[in-house]
Amino acid sequence: MSIFPTLTPENKPIVIASVFILAILAVGTAYTLSTQGTAPLLSPNYLLQQLQTGSFLGIAAAGMMMVILLGHIDLSIPWTLTAAAMMATTVGGDLAIPTGIAVGAAIGLFNGLGVAYLRIPSMIFTLGVDSVVRGLMVAHTGGFAPQTAATPIMRFLAAEKILGIPVAIFVWLAVSIVIAVILRRTGFGRSIYATGNREGAAYLSGIRTKAVVVGAFVTSGICAGVAGVLLAGYSAKAYQGMGDAFLLPAIAAVVLGGTRILGGQGRYIGTVVGVILIVLLNSVLSIMQMPEAGRQVIYGTVIISMLLVYGRTAKITS
Amino acid sequence: MNSLLSQFATNVRQNRGFYGALLMLIVLFVVYNFMHPRGFSTPVLVQNANEAVVLGFIAMAQTIPVLIGGLDLSVGAVMTLTACIASELVNGSPAHMIFGMVVTIMSGAAFGFANGIIIVYGRLQPIIATLATGAIAIGLALFIRPKPGGDVDGDLNWAVTNSLFDFAETYHIFDDGKAAWFQPIAWIPVPLIILFGMAAIVWVPFRRSLTGRTVYAIGSAEGAAYMSGLPINRAKIAAFTLAGFFAGCGGLYLAIQTSSGSADIVQAGSYTLNSIAAVVIGGTSLLGGIGGAVGSLIGALILRVISFYFRILSIDPLLQTLVQGLVLLIAVSLGAIRTLRVKNRLELFR
Repeated sequence: MSIFPTLTPENKPIVIASVFILAILAVGTAYTLSTQGTAPLLSPNYLLQQLQTGSFLGIAAAGMMMVILLGHIDLSIPWTLTAAAMMATTVGGDLAIPTGIAVGAAIGLFNGLGVAYLRIPSMIFTLGVDSVVRGLMVAHTGGFAPQTAATPIMRFLAAEKILGIPVAIFVWLAVSIVIAVILRRTGFGRSIYATGNREGAAYLSGIRTKAVVVGAFVTSGICAGVAGVLLAGYSAKAYQGMGDAFLLPAIAAVVLGGTRILGGQGRYIGTVVGVILIVLLNSVLSIMQMPEAGRQVIYGTVIISMLLVYGRTAKITS
Repeated sequence: MNSLLSQFATNVRQNRGFYGALLMLIVLFVVYNFMHPRGFSTPVLVQNANEAVVLGFIAMAQTIPVLIGGLDLSVGAVMTLTACIASELVNGSPAHMIFGMVVTIMSGAAFGFANGIIIVYGRLQPIIATLATGAIAIGLALFIRPKPGGDVDGDLNWAVTNSLFDFAETYHIFDDGKAAWFQPIAWIPVPLIILFGMAAIVWVPFRRSLTGRTVYAIGSAEGAAYMSGLPINRAKIAAFTLAGFFAGCGGLYLAIQTSSGSADIVQAGSYTLNSIAAVVIGGTSLLGGIGGAVGSLIGALILRVISFYFRILSIDPLLQTLVQGLVLLIAVSLGAIRTLRVKNRLELFR
């Protein structure tokens, strides 16, 4: 505690996570220098390539953060992402990207209505929606990867480069700016924090909390949709289970970035730092040719130990 | 007599979720057997029971952390880990097998204990802490069993996945299962006995103990429980240890049933998610303090019976996933809707 006396509870996790990112880079570079005599981790090209693959996770995590700030959670990310990708490639042409985003928004709206108006716990409702969407997509594709391919503009957004920088990073940046502005500068964003802190108080002070919840879930759905469209562009097509690898890292990134899992506290920049932390951790482990077993153990240990440093909750004594 | 009836009525009113789930299970299962082309028979019951056991254990495991208002996202991973351990240890001489089974279940409990320690003394949110320890459990499972496989005693597999008669015949007890007194119960599937037996000898005494009562108190109002001098830390650690214990039982049975172990991440995830669904269907509140492991057991059975219907109804295989998803969504939603029961709007906000 006393090491960072001037930091607010919101900023401390961000600083610690950033320090940890530097530590990962240092350890990884030390490893490559000692084994191969090169330092690929520090080359801009390598870092940009890692950020490019990280941008899909980053966009999904941005949406997840909106929901977690409310104290809810969106477990439907995997199949929202997959459905958006599949429908986008199915429709194709100019309408591909709007279709993907619309699919994400529609699923998010459904989630929001269930959580806000029926007041079903989000954990269980989004879980159910995830399996319904999965069923829809299995019925739509026959359980195989759809034959349709991503449109050129999807490929451009996900896999091309401008001035040597992958376009996907620009998309992530754009989404980040939108989310950050929403959270800091708009009434909707402030209402999210208020509702996440204490919904009853927010309701009594005139915030339409139901609309806020619906709005956050729609944002999360849209973000998952954008991530899905991009991922389909990156791999040239959509496929079954493409979103499965995003759910837990997205939650982990949001929480490592200092957003309180019970809602009401957290800065968007923290989520970005959390995403970079997870992406770099993964890439350093794969450079070390760590087997999957070791990666999982290290991954879990890192999350636990970082949370032990700054994620501790107050003791309930009354 | 009258007072007994009214006591029962009170019990039903206070455990609406549980009795609703029980009724739903009975209706679903009876209708299923009427619709089954061959009607009710022991082989069908045995097969059904076998498919329900693992989820039943995982659902019971999930219940106890949910009762304290937490969530254990590592139950599926712990099940996978213990199944991998069992696939290494449960074979050879009888003494060796028993040792293997004890080690398997105890390692599940030990993992749960570690979860509890981290959550209580590290003061972390259970959901995020177990998310991370779940990754560790999968990693350990991959260390033990990088490729699916393993060797579990064949006799044991046959004995515990069939009816009591086959169990007796395999181990040559009760005149190879032909003793006269044994006949009326010979048809009961062993998996059901294991499942309900574990619930009876572990969960019921726990629920009545001080620690068990404290688990409920924490879920209702942690602050009040603390002020009443209840052993909060002990109850929380016990809750996660017991979750690990039941997950270990599930892993052991999975290994015996499939005669192998496999560090399957997808399977671990789907068991964890289904366990949450089973807990909710069984009448346990995700906010904590209300419900019980037996209800979750019923919830798990309901989830499984629903999937049995797909075999006897001619639903387009492509639509099965969708129907399954819809049924899951509707079932969990019905169990969880609070809006309809709330009298004051402010009560909606936790």
